[in-house]
Amino acid sequence: MSVLKAENITHYFDGLAAVSEFNLNLAPYELVGIIGPNGAGKTTIFNLITGVYKATHGSISFEGTEIVGKTPSTITALGIARTFQNIRLFKELTVLDNVRIAHYARVRYSPIEALLHMGRFQKEEEEIIGHSMDLLAFLKLDAYADEVSKNLPYGLQRRLEIARALATRPKLLLLDEPAAGMNPNEVTQLMEFIKWIRKEFDLTILLIEHQMRLVMNICERLLVLDFGDTIAEGHPREIQNNPRVREVYLGEVRC
Amino acid sequence: MVTSRIKQFMEELETKRWLLPALMISVLALSLVIQQFELLDPYVQLIIMYVGINIILTLSLNLINGYMGEFSVGHAGFMAIGAYVASFLTVKVFPAHMAAWLFPVAVIAGGSVAGVVGLVVAFPSFKTRGDYLAIVTLAFGMIVKSVIENIDALGGPRGFLGMEKLSTLPWVFFWVLLSVWVIRNLIYSNFGRGVLSIREDEVASDLMSVNTNHVKVLAFTVSSFFAGIAGGLFAHLLQFINPRAFDIIKSTDILIMVYLGGIGSIAGSVIGATVYTVLLEVLRPMGIWRMVFMPLVLVLLMIFRPKGIMGLREFRWFVPVRDMLASRLWREKKAGT
Repeated sequence: MSVLKAENITHYFDGLAAVSEFNLNLAPYELVGIIGPNGAGKTTIFNLITGVYKATHGSISFEGTEIVGKTPSTITALGIARTFQNIRLFKELTVLDNVRIAHYARVRYSPIEALLHMGRFQKEEEEIIGHSMDLLAFLKLDAYADEVSKNLPYGLQRRLEIARALATRPKLLLLDEPAAGMNPNEVTQLMEFIKWIRKEFDLTILLIEHQMRLVMNICERLLVLDFGDTIAEGHPREIQNNPRVREVYLGEVRC
Repeated sequence: MVTSRIKQFMEELETKRWLLPALMISVLALSLVIQQFELLDPYVQLIIMYVGINIILTLSLNLINGYMGEFSVGHAGFMAIGAYVASFLTVKVFPAHMAAWLFPVAVIAGGSVAGVVGLVVAFPSFKTRGDYLAIVTLAFGMIVKSVIENIDALGGPRGFLGMEKLSTLPWVFFWVLLSVWVIRNLIYSNFGRGVLSIREDEVASDLMSVNTNHVKVLAFTVSSFFAGIAGGLFAHLLQFINPRAFDIIKSTDILIMVYLGGIGSIAGSVIGATVYTVLLEVLRPMGIWRMVFMPLVLVLLMIFRPKGIMGLREFRWFVPVRDMLASRLWREKKAGT
């Protein structure tokens, strides 16, 4: 039983293969990392999984459902959520509203009920506020609920982005460089945080990261990408000793 | 002591809102009395009705330009559709002695047709946005004008007349109330938060499970519906309409009111429409200089207050208590259990 199964996905940008023949099989509760130099196609893979791009070839199935060709909102509603390399919060909106928006797919009331604030509207809105505040409290963000999100310090913005992703109730969480811009101390905290949310929310996690300390410590499996090709896959320790990987990262090894 | 009592009373008012319906009903009653006994100078009444119609137009355009962050420049097109449909019904379709009674039906019909036509702009917005969508709306406005000019049954370029003066103070006030209430309800709902998230970051919004296409259809339909309503009221106030009244200049007027009052704000729409309409009337004695003064005000405003008078801010009374006190009510509930 796999959560996500990507088979031979290839994606071209105007004839340039950004990702070629990419395969991935994620077991439930697995924590897998993707590493590789800049421009290797890591974020493109996230965009293919979440439906921002449509794969030129290949198939991606999530819990047995084919998702290539589905819209991002449909895919998110199925249970895949993500964060972004450069934080993409709804900047002018409050912390609470950022999280409330992520409840969109759970709403059952109709547009008419919304326009009149009647019927199922009141009850569902109160539930959404309740869930959102509970989630914020759980991630220790409830004190900032009424702050405009762009005014939060950087670290909290990162955490809010994860909170917003969790509000969609994902089974698979994609983290795009969660440690970008963090100091070593913050990275240590982040590693604990990632393991903790995986346990609390029973998540499968796929992450992209450049901080080797983070991926080597928490990932159970690593994939190494270079110019769209998967050049290595395996346990972090095997990857560390893989000559191809060393070549990509450090230049050609001469003995 | 006294000041704290006043403060407490004000908070009571803001959070309990029992005064609001009472206030609105009394204003509605007052407008009926004014109309019945002609307590106000007809000219003043006319200006108040123009303010009301402009509030509806400004608020409905603000939904697209301010809240959703798109740039529509064809709003007068929807107004034209509402105006012509409603006028055609009251003049040519409804029996003359019934026209006054069926006036609300005509206005709603005009709004509904405009709302459906709003889809013409909503569908291109799935793929295009920003400047490109602005061009689509610009073209839309031109098309509406040309189509009307070429329909003889509607008088073509000569215009259409024969409407009775059915727009009255109470009716205009009623429609202003309804449009403010409905658009506020939309904004403070799941779909409204979707509208805001499209403005903030459309890709992120889609990835947070917001069905952006549904949200856009809803926003454009509601916006053009109310623009059509405003058109119907306008036609039955002026008693004469012609296609030139709904050209790009009219759309620009509405844009000015939106940006003067402030984007993404109901209070801003009300203030913007009121200030602009009243100022233009007050400055009438200036003659041609009025057309120099008003743009100057706008230039200064854009330099010193680029988001408009109320940009992205709101009077607390327009915000539902549930949203205004969301975190506080949640804390009180937690402390209680």
